[in-house]
Amino acid sequence: MFSYTFQWRQAFQKLPLLLDGALVTLQIALLSMAMGIAFAVILAVSRNSRSWWAHAPATAWVEVSRNTPALFQIYMAHFGLGSFGIYLSPYVALLVGITFNNAGYLAETFRGALRAIPATQLRAARSLGMPSIQAFRLIILPQMFRIAFLPTTNQMVWAILMTSLGVTVGMNTDLAGITQDINVRSFRTFEIFAIAAVIYYLIAKAVTLGARLLAARLFRY
Amino acid sequence: MFDTALTLSDLMFLIQGAGMTLAVTFFAVTGGTLLGLVFGVIRAHVSVWVALPLIFVLDVFRSVPLLIQLVLANAFQAIAGLNMPPFATSSIVLALYTSAYCTEIVRGAIDAVPTVTRRAARSLGLTWGQDMTYVVFPIALRVALPSWIGLTLGVMKDSALVLWLGLIELLRAGQILVTRLQEPMFILIVVGAIYFLMSFPIARLGGRLEKRFREND
Repeated sequence: MFSYTFQWRQAFQKLPLLLDGALVTLQIALLSMAMGIAFAVILAVSRNSRSWWAHAPATAWVEVSRNTPALFQIYMAHFGLGSFGIYLSPYVALLVGITFNNAGYLAETFRGALRAIPATQLRAARSLGMPSIQAFRLIILPQMFRIAFLPTTNQMVWAILMTSLGVTVGMNTDLAGITQDINVRSFRTFEIFAIAAVIYYLIAKAVTLGARLLAARLFRY
Repeated sequence: MFDTALTLSDLMFLIQGAGMTLAVTFFAVTGGTLLGLVFGVIRAHVSVWVALPLIFVLDVFRSVPLLIQLVLANAFQAIAGLNMPPFATSSIVLALYTSAYCTEIVRGAIDAVPTVTRRAARSLGLTWGQDMTYVVFPIALRVALPSWIGLTLGVMKDSALVLWLGLIELLRAGQILVTRLQEPMFILIVVGAIYFLMSFPIARLGGRLEKRFREND
């Protein structure tokens, strides 16, 4: 059945390169999550607003990001913007695409979390004399993040997995990109991608575990 | 005035690509749901320690990027000398990927059926099989259906990645047209609109079902 000779040693020699790529992967995922959360808070609040001008663009963003593939959104940033003479590097295009996607999904999560906070909380804060911005920042936001913490960590894992899509727009510094780079030079596809898969798995598990430890520390009474 | 070189036959080419997307999705979701049902029932009835190997394997499918899974599976079938067409490889990988998520949905839905209801069914003399088909299934279906619809749409969107194995699905078809016509923004918007039309109405339906099921509870 197998007339193929596996060359694991050759693949393992590239491990340092792959680990460098894993750092870039993690960096993109973290940046896209940080920006995604910021946009998502704005989107979630605007979607609850009664003003059409706040409500409609936010709804459009959320629906487009949730009803088209993430790869499409990255293509849009990389190829689509070329029509306007904006040429983004693969790194930036990937970051823009994933941020757009993260923001859309997180906005829905945050909106659900906002709805779960009793309206009396805000009223109590306002009665204590807090301006609405301050009440939102000190009373609503912390509770929202707490309710949305678990889905947010899931989204972080998604973001890490999504960074692998960068290779389709020519990204060659993240884990998937470096893996593909080594692959086209050595043709040891199975070996090198298997190692990459293990690294992705370990990163995803580390993030999940880290989030769980953080939650236990942050959310104790 | 807006001007484009996109012709009707180009549009048909995109729609053919959408057909490929739907075909891959169909096989993936059908296979994945059947596997997910089996795995989910096992997960709901067997202790965690016994199901540990299954849990681990399914977790791998959810923690490794789909693109890497596709490349690995394609390399593996070549090494094993199976000579599978990319369509079969893509469908199988996507089906396994779907089954990993479907298992969790099925398990959650079965767990949502109150134990007392099931005990009552068994006390009335129903066999395990009758309990599963006449009592658990109808109740669990209401819990599972909205998430299952979400999963199906997710798989449809993720199926765009099969372009890496050379299948000409919707996004790849769009990319080919972009290369030829040099109008990236316009063509990608058309592609996005097709995806949106395939996904949005069903997503809305899922949302409405979820709301209605919750109201009736």
